[in-house]
Amino acid sequence: MKKYFLPSLKLTLVTIILCSICYPLLIALIAKLAPGRGDGEKVMVNGKVVGYANVGQRFSDDKYFWGRPSAVDYNSAGSGGSNKGPSNADYLKTVADRIDSFLVHNPQVKKEEIPAELVTASGSGLDPHISPKSARVQIKRIAAIRKLNEDQLVTLVQQYTEKPLLGLLGPEKINVLKLNIALDNLK
Amino acid sequence: MNTEMIGIIATFLITLILAFPLGKYIAKVFKGERTVTDFLLPFERLIYRFCGIDPNKEMNWKQHIIALLSINMIWFVYALFVLLFQGNLPLNPDGNPNMTPDLAFNTDISFLVNCNLQHYSGETGATYLSQMIVITFLQFVTAATGIAAVVVLFRAFAGKTTEKLGNFFVYFTQTLTRILIPLAIVIATLLAFNGTPNSFAGKDSLVTVQGDSVQVSRGPAAAMIAIKHLGTNGGGWYGANSCHPLENPNYFTNMLEMFAQVVLPIALVFAMGFFIQRRKLAYVIFGVMTLGMLTFMIPNIISETAGNPAIANMHIADAAAMEGKEVRLGVTASAYWQVVTTIISTGSINSMHDSAMPMSGAMMLLGMMTNCFYGGVGVGILNYFVFLIIAVFISGLMVGRTPEFMGRKIEAREMKIASLIALLHPFIILAGTALSSYILVHFPDAGWAVKPSAWLNNPGSHGFSEMLYEYTSSAANNGSGFEGLSDNNIFWNVSTGFVLILGRYLPIIGPVAIAGLQASKKYIPEAGGTLKTDTATFGIMTYAVIMIVAALAFFPALTLGPLAEFFNLK
Repeated sequence: MKKYFLPSLKLTLVTIILCSICYPLLIALIAKLAPGRGDGEKVMVNGKVVGYANVGQRFSDDKYFWGRPSAVDYNSAGSGGSNKGPSNADYLKTVADRIDSFLVHNPQVKKEEIPAELVTASGSGLDPHISPKSARVQIKRIAAIRKLNEDQLVTLVQQYTEKPLLGLLGPEKINVLKLNIALDNLK
Repeated sequence: MNTEMIGIIATFLITLILAFPLGKYIAKVFKGERTVTDFLLPFERLIYRFCGIDPNKEMNWKQHIIALLSINMIWFVYALFVLLFQGNLPLNPDGNPNMTPDLAFNTDISFLVNCNLQHYSGETGATYLSQMIVITFLQFVTAATGIAAVVVLFRAFAGKTTEKLGNFFVYFTQTLTRILIPLAIVIATLLAFNGTPNSFAGKDSLVTVQGDSVQVSRGPAAAMIAIKHLGTNGGGWYGANSCHPLENPNYFTNMLEMFAQVVLPIALVFAMGFFIQRRKLAYVIFGVMTLGMLTFMIPNIISETAGNPAIANMHIADAAAMEGKEVRLGVTASAYWQVVTTIISTGSINSMHDSAMPMSGAMMLLGMMTNCFYGGVGVGILNYFVFLIIAVFISGLMVGRTPEFMGRKIEAREMKIASLIALLHPFIILAGTALSSYILVHFPDAGWAVKPSAWLNNPGSHGFSEMLYEYTSSAANNGSGFEGLSDNNIFWNVSTGFVLILGRYLPIIGPVAIAGLQASKKYIPEAGGTLKTDTATFGIMTYAVIMIVAALAFFPALTLGPLAEFFNLK
């Protein structure tokens, strides 16, 4: 074992320099050329940072499109899901409560129209997206509060729907933050 | 066919198309043939000279093991020191604390054995320095350890009778310089350009559109996320791992990360075929492994896309299993990832496994219980090799011939080692689960920091699954979890720590020892009466051995956990 100790020690030192110092620094250098310069892509409104494009934030006000429930209440200092099992009675009660609460805030919507993703918590607790279906189900509420034409909102949702990758890989989605900023700009 | 289904099929096909030439390249590197990366030779010679390594000095299998264990021990001590004092060391912009001794022990072991169990959350439990010089470091070197070990096996079967099986340090160094670092640079760059942060700025504070004050965790993440997948490590930069929208920002990165984690395990199977010049054997092994993957993946995708029956009873628009999943990734790609990450011991997640449907949970557990369909980098083939030896032996008995593999007899000594390794895995999983269940039932109020009665996040059989999953993940060196389990306390940190060590080193030592013993035996040329190991029939035989061992060992435990939940969920 002694014979291998010194080479092992020196090789460890070399690999630390190579893999833990040179490599991350190189990537940090390359990332400076990426959008957001490696700090994450920010979204600005009137010259003020209001969020990160890829990080979901809480929208609970009736005048905004809501995102999905979050187990960490959208505080992106941390992240995580509820880790509730599918058969957990407390969990199913939470889901049922969310459905009731959704119906109270959206009296125009029937229960059969609520997509499951709007009453189940995301994996990261920071899901920045909802599906087009989940956006459409909220249109009536928002139109009533903002005194807007429903057609206008239908067009807006359509406009902000991101197609699958290359048109054929993966689901459609809408970035809730970008959609709501556009909503605020709607006249 | 919908776009989500096309997405995973495309991912798998792209992986295959690229794994083949990569396998060819890997074989050339370790054979010392000419490759495009030969310009690194002078640099590698410099490393050998500095470290006092004679690259031409060949080792026998025992020396390989000793070299492997020596360098691993150094990493253990080094990593423990950094984790215990990370709070006082530089590059800690968020002021995160030192790890407690039991957490540092668990984290150290867990990354040292390529498991990445993570009883901490990256945002609050680690510093940028420890993420770089411990976590990222170990993600590189443990993957290189696994590959170096499997190259010893390749060497043992490549040539004539020999004791000399190459130099461990050379295999290790070349794995880093020729395979892992170049691939990691490409993948990290792609991640960075798709929105994954990679800078040294600390948490950002901002006020959201609705007026909430929140923070956003950042850091040099892209570099680590690339190697966490390439090395089948799996430990995430953020607590939510690849569910996190910065760790896995879009569908492209999701495909990229799924590709990155499985490409090397598949490429290594092809590499073996090229290295030992038995391509047909490699194709049969690849076929069995793919069949194994599909055996778990098809039920998993069906149960995930069918959704939660309990939510279906609430009569809303759909019952999609979106708890713990992300909209941009969708249910199907999450189901694909669940199986891939468990069969190849990565353990990164893009959905919360604890919230998956019961049948999916069973498939993920089986993926780790078999742990050899592709498997972790290097170690996957070593695990498979153990079952292959057992299959040769059983087939030999069945047809009344002396069991032989690659022209060498398999005798009592090899069979004893193979059987021990095959039985060790179920033993440490079931013993661990039994111990924790016993404590939970008999000492629910034991005066520990976290009382056993507070361990579980879910009642009933799902709670049992949480404990079973934790030990299975540890033994398989996987690292994913049913994360509802309160695992950052002394009982779980220490008990899984020991399971991790046993689940790593013995399954490396065993197969390398068998290979070494075989290599030194007399070569018997194949004749008409030799049992052919590169046929579909023998492939099915190996598949059956793997599945029967898993079924016999684990069926009772699976019945108490996910299967009971499956039948009760209406």
